[in-house]
Amino acid sequence: MFAFILRRLGQAVAVMLTVAFIAFMLFQYVGDPVTSMLGQDATQEQRDDLRRDLGLDQPFPLQFARFVGNAAQGEFGLSLRQGRKVSVLIAERFPATLELALAAAVIALTVGIPLGVYAALRRGGFGSQLVMTLSLLGVSLPTFLIGILLILFFSVTLKWLPSFGRGDVVTFGNWSTGLLTVDGWKHLILPAITLSVFQLALIMRLVRAEMLEVLRTDYIKFARARGLQNSSVYFGHALKNTLVPVITITGLQLGSLIAFAIITETVFQWPGMGFLFIQAVQFADIPVMAAYLCLIALIFVVVNLSVDLLYFAVDPRLRIEKSAAGH
Amino acid sequence: MNTTAPSPGRLARMLDSDVWYSFKTSPMAILAAVIAFLCIFCSVFAPWVSPYNPFDLASLNLSDARLPPAWMAEGSRAHLLGTDGQGRDILSALFYGARISLLVGFASVAVSLVVGVGLGLLSGFVGGKVDALIMRICDVMLSFPSILVALLIDGVGRALFPNAQETLAFGVLIVAISLTGWVQYARTVRGSTLVERNKEYVQAARVIGVAPLRIMLKHVLPNVMGPVLVLATIQVAAAIITEATLSFLGVGVPPTSPSLGTLIRVGNDFLFSGEWWITIFPGAMLVLIALSVNLLGDWLRDALNPRLR
Repeated sequence: MFAFILRRLGQAVAVMLTVAFIAFMLFQYVGDPVTSMLGQDATQEQRDDLRRDLGLDQPFPLQFARFVGNAAQGEFGLSLRQGRKVSVLIAERFPATLELALAAAVIALTVGIPLGVYAALRRGGFGSQLVMTLSLLGVSLPTFLIGILLILFFSVTLKWLPSFGRGDVVTFGNWSTGLLTVDGWKHLILPAITLSVFQLALIMRLVRAEMLEVLRTDYIKFARARGLQNSSVYFGHALKNTLVPVITITGLQLGSLIAFAIITETVFQWPGMGFLFIQAVQFADIPVMAAYLCLIALIFVVVNLSVDLLYFAVDPRLRIEKSAAGH
Repeated sequence: MNTTAPSPGRLARMLDSDVWYSFKTSPMAILAAVIAFLCIFCSVFAPWVSPYNPFDLASLNLSDARLPPAWMAEGSRAHLLGTDGQGRDILSALFYGARISLLVGFASVAVSLVVGVGLGLLSGFVGGKVDALIMRICDVMLSFPSILVALLIDGVGRALFPNAQETLAFGVLIVAISLTGWVQYARTVRGSTLVERNKEYVQAARVIGVAPLRIMLKHVLPNVMGPVLVLATIQVAAAIITEATLSFLGVGVPPTSPSLGTLIRVGNDFLFSGEWWITIFPGAMLVLIALSVNLLGDWLRDALNPRLR
């Protein structure tokens, strides 16, 4: 168990260092930081001074170590396009993206799990086939198209919901939330649904497959033989055991929700990190790109690591096998 | 589908094969093939099939702008699917756009296939440190969503070549998409290569002193290509969607040669004034292509899988 955690931690650190190295290379070789900070018509002396101040004359490993040290403190320099600190820019945008991703995850879970159970129990029925076909559509429709269709239907035709921005937000220090105003909730609905469709279809199909698997096992037959009611068999016995892989996948998908938010945020003009990143890609704003890359990598690594550990804690079989193998 | 085979023997053999039988008896596969074929045909022969040339500025007439599709009240027979903000015929723009989408899609699949199969073969055949290195790279790339990787490479490409020519912009885009796809091929090919390299025919080739490179390319490669074929079909759809997404986000193909994604992006601005057709038709075309290619890939996977027969 201890060795397992240690190995995973080692892998996580290796991934982070690799990503940091890529980000560092971006800074070093893509676009000259001195030129971008001083402008084209600075004298050679000014350049040399700045080069020394920035530590660019030091040996390569030392520069990398300094970059990692700065990055660990969230320091990525100034945005080339906006001239503001990258850390501040990202901190401003982070709450919007997190709220959107969490809302999407909640929708995907609360709709996906019941639909998956339904499709498994009524296997072959009209309703469940409809659900399965819709989920296939949900997996193959590109995210931005789903967003456009929702806007067309709910904003343009029915005029029920707003289609861009976050609406009214309430600010607490560095954190802004749209969850405390009616307007904020209205603005959240369409983007959250758009972002959740893919995950929803995924979770639904997963729950259905796992449920079908579990319903065939012996302990379900015994539970029925004991004369338990259907609802107790399905939800008390079967569903419980399907939830382990669902937790894993949902956890792993939280990272990709934040990454896929790039597309949703662009469609709905949602002022989150993804929107910031797209603008950075359009204008080749390397500091913002590097910082976003490191942040996303960090989120992914932390999520993967905690899901691994959670899996270990939830599934007793893993522990027994591992300790048996260890003896 | 191909009615003019080089020799009657080959055609007869093809019509007699298991794969063809499975195709004939699967209505879904036939439907998907017909749709995919129509889409590809219309895109490849866009200059001959489409009623107008959307790039010919002289033929554009601003008074024709924003016409709805022909079946709506103000629609005109001359423009079946309506026109966009500059009076361009949507149907023609669709064919030309799909042409660029398919071009980028196929090109990036070809690049990622060559890179992925090559590295996978090397990884499985050589083993050791080379294998470990390549597989670690795969692990890291797989732990990030492909769209993110593509965006990043695209962004770096933009920073490296700020004033890129049109062909270079296409190159950057194709490289960005293909660098996200090669991992799948590499893992698949590595797996099959590990199985193949211990088989007797490979050992025999080694014993008689065939050079390793030759064994890899002439003996192992043909035997690991089956799953690659299935993967490539599905990856074409994925690549087309990725291209459309990048173009929709405004970092894809150059605006002078609009793909389906670009058309959707441009049409999006007209959504609020009620001109839905400018964006919905390119979207539908995109879904049609991706869905039919995906269905074909699914069918091919089942047809080539001996366990499912």
